[in-house]
Amino acid sequence: MTEAPIVTVRDLVKTFPVRGRAGEPKRTLRAVDNVGFEVLRGETLGLVGESGSGKSTTGRMLVGLISATSGTVELFGHHIAAGAEKGALNKVRSRLQFVFQDPQNSLNPRMRVGDAIAEPLDVAGGLSRQTRNDRVRELLELVGLPRTCGDRFPHEFSGGQRQRIGIARALALRPDFIVCDEPVSSLDVSMQAQIVNLLLDLQEQLGLSYLFIAHDLAVVRNISTRVAVMYAGGIVEMAPKRDLYAAPKHPYTQALLAAVPRPVPGRARPPSVAGELPSLIDPPKGCAFHPRCPFAFDRCRVEKPRLKPVEGGHAVACHLHEPGGNRPPAL
Amino acid sequence: MTRVPLLSVENLTVQFRGDRGWVTAIEDVSFEIGAGENLGIVGESGSGKSVSALSILRLHGRANTRYASGAIRFGGRDLLSMSERELRKVRGGDIAMIFQDPMSSLNPVLTVAEQIIEPLQLHQGLSAAAARRRAIELLEMVRIADAGRRIDEYPHRLSGGMRQRVMIAIAIACQPKLLIADEPTTALDVTIQGQILELLRDLQREIGMSVVLITHDLGVIAEFAQRVLVMYAGRVIEQAPVAALFDRPMHPYTDGLIDAVPKLEGDLHRLTTIPGNIPDLATVIPGCRFNPRCREAKDACRRDPPALLPVGPDHLSRCPPRAAAGGAV
Repeated sequence: MTEAPIVTVRDLVKTFPVRGRAGEPKRTLRAVDNVGFEVLRGETLGLVGESGSGKSTTGRMLVGLISATSGTVELFGHHIAAGAEKGALNKVRSRLQFVFQDPQNSLNPRMRVGDAIAEPLDVAGGLSRQTRNDRVRELLELVGLPRTCGDRFPHEFSGGQRQRIGIARALALRPDFIVCDEPVSSLDVSMQAQIVNLLLDLQEQLGLSYLFIAHDLAVVRNISTRVAVMYAGGIVEMAPKRDLYAAPKHPYTQALLAAVPRPVPGRARPPSVAGELPSLIDPPKGCAFHPRCPFAFDRCRVEKPRLKPVEGGHAVACHLHEPGGNRPPAL
Repeated sequence: MTRVPLLSVENLTVQFRGDRGWVTAIEDVSFEIGAGENLGIVGESGSGKSVSALSILRLHGRANTRYASGAIRFGGRDLLSMSERELRKVRGGDIAMIFQDPMSSLNPVLTVAEQIIEPLQLHQGLSAAAARRRAIELLEMVRIADAGRRIDEYPHRLSGGMRQRVMIAIAIACQPKLLIADEPTTALDVTIQGQILELLRDLQREIGMSVVLITHDLGVIAEFAQRVLVMYAGRVIEQAPVAALFDRPMHPYTDGLIDAVPKLEGDLHRLTTIPGNIPDLATVIPGCRFNPRCREAKDACRRDPPALLPVGPDHLSRCPPRAAAGGAV
């Protein structure tokens, strides 16, 4: 049985103009380059990449925080990206929400947390004072905070608790889809586990779908149904979770997995992948990863590989995996 | 086997002035670092790991800090009783430090050259030309390609990984005996983090320095440290050689930290968590400070402050019930 996806993204592109020095030609930075994926009801797509991979820009375009340069975003059957009908975003706005990375900066320090959580309700309007306050207490309880702490200010909470407040606020309007932009990256390891488990519980209770953005593969493993890996603006590999971790195909995914420090003393650490992340203004020709790739061959330096299905829902953008390519050794 | 420690911190207690008087940030912290050794200090935010490290060079604001008791012995002298002037010769000389965020540690209006040359002229009295030659050599040591050109760049022109390499070059400029690295890879991308850890390890071998690495990531600890100090709420709660710490953690908090690390292999069940939060510095918790979050807490744990007890070779733990249940080897 196939169900229509609640989110469908096709050929999404975002470029930013870059102001050069006087007299120099205008240049553009290609932050997101032909990204496409779907999110099904009740599932979590993990979107993983390092700085400049375009993961956050993609997340922001999905909820309309920034507009796409080209491409389509379809949410619950409504097109919202470039060239969409006016007001299309408003039809779906209450059904999608965003959780930010840094709960320190995304909460107004002078607003009581109860009011911060109720703000979406106040904007939507139509609730009595009593119903509104009951809903705030219910939301606090839902995210594992004391029902009575709505009178307090953000600074009275720890980082993990502030992230719970951010999640409560996102849940206020009973959304169906939440973009979580590195929600645990600024937290201690022990707090990360608490927040990931909370998001899993909420998903089960409320039937939520998530796009979960992270910068390393370890964090998304527990929460994701499928994982997409981004590099320099494009998706280089996408697969059901089990396949991605058991048999990563793209050399970058392999490098990213190898780079995660493991809590196993004495383990022979695989050598780090050399080089730095590429410039997005002047990206390498061909495959963006080729200057760092240990398996790069001539074709990689001239032709950009496209994301193509290889087997059972596993897709990879790498010439090595096309007919005639030299496959990299399995990790 | 006795080793002569390069640095020893003895019963250090540090207090900060807050809104409501003095609060104790770290209490009775003791540890040693041998020559050429890697010591890891691990704990959550608020555990006192950075306070301990910054105290070694007395880098806390003078007006609101009290080194209430203890001593920090380095080369036969107590760093805590040195004058500011004497201490300045140690900072950046025999003991150097790198921080989490290289962008805010580098001066944005000075070129890389100016920032590396300063300690060379200050501590080693090199001429401008000799210092510049040495600076380029140092950038090559931290594997910055095209060092001769990069040296005249400003920090904003460099990537995060590159900036951390520059910080490391400045830190090792005077061949320190001890490098204190406070979360040096936390702000970096995963693939760059690996490169920086490899670099630190190579440099350590080349220079023969000791490293204190502070991190909240037990994965980094496992890959880098030889001995580990686990801190919680301002106290050392466990201290052990790295293999023993992961094989036989003797404090429930250490267990919890190890279990909370997301795994890349094995079953995909829920992550194990440590419930609750680390307490505020001003909160008074009778008995063991971890007891409100501990699954194994007994009546005694809520009443008596636990002592740091030997539980194995070179292994100390601040959990008397576990020590009694078979810690002694």
